[in-house]
Formats: sequence, C-alpha cells, structure tokens
Amino acid sequence: MENENQEQHYVIGAIVEHQPGVLFRVTSLIRRRGFNIQSISVGPTERREIARITLVVTGDKKIVEQVVKQLNKLVEVIKVSIINPERAVVRELALIKVNAPKSAKSEIINYAKIFKGHIVDASPKSLTVEVTGDSDKIDAFIKLLKPHGIKEVARTGITALSRGIESVNNKSEGGRTL
Amino acid sequence: MEVMTGAEALIKALKEQGVEIIFGIPGGAALDIYNALCDSSIRHILMRHEQCAAHAADGYARALGRVGVCMATSGPGATNLVTGIAAAYMDSSPLVALTAQVPTTYIGRDAFQEADITGITNPITKHNFQVRTPSEIPSVIKKAFFIAHSGRPGPVLVDFPKNVQASSAKVDFSNDIKLPGYRPNYEPHPLQVKKAVELLLQAERPMIVAGGGVIASNASAELISLAELLLAPVATTLMGKGCIPENHPLATGMIGMHGTVASNRLIQEADVILAVGVRFSDRTIGRIDEFGKDVKIIHIDIDSAEIGKNVDVNVPIVADAKRALNEIRKLLQENFKKKERSVWMAKLKELKEQLEEKANCTEGIKPPKLMVEIRKMLPENAIITTEVGQHQMWAALYLKIYKPRTFISSGGLGAMGFGFPAAIGAKVACPNVPVVDIAGDGSFIMNEQELATSVTEQIPVVVVILNNSMLGMVAQWQRLFYKRRYFAVNLGKVPDFVKLAEAYGAQGFRVQSIEEFSSAFKNALKSDVTTVIDVPIHPEENVFPMVPAGKALKEMMWE
Repeated sequence: MENENQEQHYVIGAIVEHQPGVLFRVTSLIRRRGFNIQSISVGPTERREIARITLVVTGDKKIVEQVVKQLNKLVEVIKVSIINPERAVVRELALIKVNAPKSAKSEIINYAKIFKGHIVDASPKSLTVEVTGDSDKIDAFIKLLKPHGIKEVARTGITALSRGIESVNNKSEGGRTL
Repeated sequence: MEVMTGAEALIKALKEQGVEIIFGIPGGAALDIYNALCDSSIRHILMRHEQCAAHAADGYARALGRVGVCMATSGPGATNLVTGIAAAYMDSSPLVALTAQVPTTYIGRDAFQEADITGITNPITKHNFQVRTPSEIPSVIKKAFFIAHSGRPGPVLVDFPKNVQASSAKVDFSNDIKLPGYRPNYEPHPLQVKKAVELLLQAERPMIVAGGGVIASNASAELISLAELLLAPVATTLMGKGCIPENHPLATGMIGMHGTVASNRLIQEADVILAVGVRFSDRTIGRIDEFGKDVKIIHIDIDSAEIGKNVDVNVPIVADAKRALNEIRKLLQENFKKKERSVWMAKLKELKEQLEEKANCTEGIKPPKLMVEIRKMLPENAIITTEVGQHQMWAALYLKIYKPRTFISSGGLGAMGFGFPAAIGAKVACPNVPVVDIAGDGSFIMNEQELATSVTEQIPVVVVILNNSMLGMVAQWQRLFYKRRYFAVNLGKVPDFVKLAEAYGAQGFRVQSIEEFSSAFKNALKSDVTTVIDVPIHPEENVFPMVPAGKALKEMMWE
C-alpha cells in the first residue's frame, strides 16, 4: 500500500480494562518508547468493565507495529489493532467559537449547514459551532472560518470503529495481534 | 470467607503462593504487615538498604527460578527499591515487591513518607497494583505472582495503604483470577517452526546465540541437543551464560562488546543464526549492518515485542524457548543428514584457543588467571554473582560456568552494587552451595553495608574484590577513548577492606599472589562467616577483547 519507511498517521484502537490508571500506563509507555502521539481519546464502551482508547500516532510502519506490540504487553490492554481508515468510520468532534458580528452571522450559519454542523451557542458577537467528521473535514471547516477570526477551538481527537460486522471485541479471546 | 485484616490477608495470600522468604526493611506505614508477618512461618531477612532487599530477592529468584519477594515501607523505603526493581525488569527476573503506602485518605496530600510508587515504578515493572480494600488482596496477590513468573518474567509491585492493612473485612480466597489482557503465548506456530527448520537444513555455517530466555525457560538440555545435532557453535549473551556448559566443545563463550574472539568472529561468518531468548541489545550485537550480507536470522522469544525491535529477522517464533527448541529439533531430525562441517569446526577450535592462551600466559595476579583459579577451587554447582564493571567482564570471559542459574549478574541495567546483595539472596536460595561475589572496589562500596545482613542473618558468602582503587571500567574508557584524561575515577586506597569486613564481624584477607589468594579462598569456602578477599590488581589493567561502542563486532581491540 504505502512505502514502509514513510512517516504517516496511523489510527490505533485499543480495548482496555476500564480501571483507574490505564490511560496513564498507555501514555507513559508511548512517552518512554519515544513514540509520537498525535491525539488520544478515551471513552466507555458497550460493556461497563471495558473502555476504548483511540490513538493517532505518527511514524513509519515498523514503529507503529512496535507501538502495537508494546501496548499489547500492558496487562490491562485486552486488544490492540491498527485501524485502516479506508475500512473504518473515523470521527472527530470540534467546537469552534468564531467572531460573528451581525453582518457575518448568516454566512457562518450557512457554512455550518454545508458541513452538517450545529450552532450550539450564540452571543451578540460570536457563534459556537459544533462539527463532526474526519480530521480533514474539520481542518477544512476551520480554514473556512478563519477570516472571521477564530476565538477558540476544542477538538476531541479521533475515535474510530471498523465498518461492517467486524469488531475488535469478538476477536479478543485467545488471539494475539501481529 | 473469613474476617481478617488486610495485613493478615496478605500474609495468608503469600503463604498460598509458597513464599518462604521475604527480604525487607520495615517502617511506619508497614507496621501492620510486619505485625502480621511476626506470627507467620515466613522468614524475614532484615536488609540494611531497600535497594539490596530488591537485589537479594532478585538473586534468590534467579538462583531458584522462583519468584523472589522484597518488602519496604512507604516513601523512601519504596523509592529505595527502584534500582533493584529496574535491574530485575531489565533482566526479566520474577520479583514481587511489596510496599506500604500512607492511608488512602492521605494519598495525594504529600503526607509524611508518601511517594507515588505505582507511578514511579510504572515503566520498570511488568505490572503494578495498589490495593484499596482488604477483600481484593487474595486476587491481587495471585495476579501479581502469576504475572511475575509467567510469560517473560519480570517484577510486579503491590502497594498497600496503611488503612487497608489495618482494616478488617470478609476475605474470600477461593476466587479464580481473570486477566483478559494477559495471555503469554507458549506454543510455537507450526508454520514458523517449519520455516526455521528449512533454513537450518540448508545452513552451511549455523550458529546459535542463546540468551537469558533459555535459562528462564529451563531449556538448556533442548538447546544443547539441538546444537549437537546441527554442529552449531553456541555463543551466549551475558544473561545466557551457563545455558551451555562452557567446557562444551561447541560453546564459544560470551558475544558482544567484551565477547570472546570465537563468538564475535564466528557470528560474522555464519549463514544462519538461531537466536533464542535474546533481545539483540546494543552491547550484544554492536552494529548489525556489518553481519554477513546473506545471513538469515531465526529469532525465538516469548515476548513478541522483542521480535523486530532491534534487528529485522527472517523467521520470528513467538514461543517458550524450551517448546520451540524441542519442536525444531523434532522436525529437523526427520530430514537432517549429519554433516561433518570440518572447516567450520576447525575454525571454532582455532578461535577458541586464542582466549585460553590469554588466561594462561600471565604472571602475578592478572584478572584472567584469577578467574581460572577461582573456578578450579569451586564445585560445578557453585553460584557466581558479579557487580558491574571490569571484574564483571573478566568473570564473563574467563570464569567458566557449567550450569544454568549459577551465574547471576546485572546485565541490562548494569547496576553497580548488585552482586553482593544478589549473592546473599542466592545463598538463601541455595544454602548448601558456595556463593561467590566477584566484585570491584567501586561496586562493593556501593552496598558494603550488607555485610551486616550477611553476618547477623548468618548468610555466609565470599566476596572477591578486584581492587584497582579505581572506577576501572570508566578509567578504561578514559584511557582508550579520552586520551588518558583520568577524571573522577580515582577512589583512593580507602577503605581498608580487611578492617571493614572485621568491623562487621566478617572475615577479611588481603592477598598479594595467586598462592596467597588460593589459601585465603579455601579458607573462605570453609568458613561459616562471610569473607572478603581484597585482591589488589594493577590500576591500568584493561578488559580485552573489546569492541568500541557503536562499532561492528569484527572491530575487536586486543590491546
């Protein structure tokens, strides 16, 4: 697919035991091994005792495989896999507070509609827009609003699920990745 | 279900795991545990520094192949364990470290003797726990021991807040543990075994590199039988020393920065390398790009993350070394036609002789000769521990080891001060076997206080100090690579090690010749008290051969 030595973004999905300290172990490992982390998001799953961590790391294929193997060694990490963005739903949520004097409001609202965003807060001089999508879409939206003057941006980092029936969970018994 | 305190539950859980010995030092936050320990049959060995409690437990674990246990109080007690835990982690030694902690209500408030020990030890433990209720203690202890000794062994720390030790609860010991994220793989994949065998069948100049994983997996017999079938020379890493008797015709000794000529040369010429339980550390491998161009590498390791971490390999086998070697041998035997390999074997013999000459052509007290003398006076099952530095490399090169688990050294971390407490631990593990710490003056000084432990707890070991009044290995580097600009390496002629030993109630000797050494050493082996033998050596002695850091193994220096 891509050149093995080429640096690029990889999305890694980890199913972990939902316990205090797991996120610390994951980030500590990534720091210690000198891997570069682009974003990380954590949240509960369909099972109470299990959480999902989605990481975006930068590196060549070898480095990313090493990240996955090292993560797999953590006792509380149940399953790790590299998520192929072409066969997965990859989403990020962003909240963008933008300068919006009366004259600019309708234009910003229109842009938000095009990007399937929502206006979630408004004041006489500003609007806050919520938008979800892959990172490219959010980048594009922010770029579009830039001329109006962006006051603040909050992004969640990527979360992802593979498409179709395939799930990280149902492969978790007895199997090992890589 | 029984009602008991957390401390009582801990002691009961430890007994269930078969714990007989704990190396430790008490303190305020640990008092409830010690109070419960007082009534148990577990022997507590009071060390004089927590670092040594961890090293001693590590030495115990390596000598026996069982989990070693150390204990410390909160705060400084726990942080003092850190070097010892890191040493066990780097060398994959099964250790359970128990630490006391301030009460849960004080955690995070910078209480007296509070340290975030689970945070601190996160990168140097296989896993760690902080218990929050007495009822979870049985399962946490089961998990801790299981994780420590299974798969790739390593240290596990369990932190006990004081109020959890003291409070009572209904405790159930019958529960099974669940570790959904921890599934070490022991069985080799048949397809990978087949690929490995195909390579070995074609090999003209096969070579085996064996590491600590062979010892951890108790796979010596399998290793030797495969080597003999293949007629493959066996080089070992520092950690692998002892997995093949070093008087075996196929054993070529240690490989790497201070490896033998035979190991370092043969590996350059091998066409197939079978690496077992090694992690291709920088000290072992030098520069991989200088290996033979068409060399094929088979790598067996139980830790999948070791495969491809430092070196790209042709056939990875993620499995227990013993089972993988067994499977390879079985399949190989079906198709293998015994080969003479006369050229390859002649080369092996010729290269091996070079080192033997070095050990023999010496006068006065030369370290290589001293190592040979020590070996002569010891039974085969005697345990050698080492500190870290020149003496360690002399021991690795010239002191032949015949059995697994009889050479115990801090390989990965390279912790000076390791050898003496590790010797104490090994002696506790194997009380009927002589245990000798090969030391340097610099290293021994770092944990000399353990003379008190060895004397008061009646754990007699022999310490042989190769005394050059220098931080010898650092001095060697300054001499060779920094134009002899010696700086911060001169330790002076203090202390007087004979008087130091005597001050602790141990025996001390200073010797000036090999003959004097022999008689002191014989005396030490018979003694029921720890003996320190101070052996002054020339301060500018070098350990050779040596491959400068970052160079290929073929760029060996002889003088």
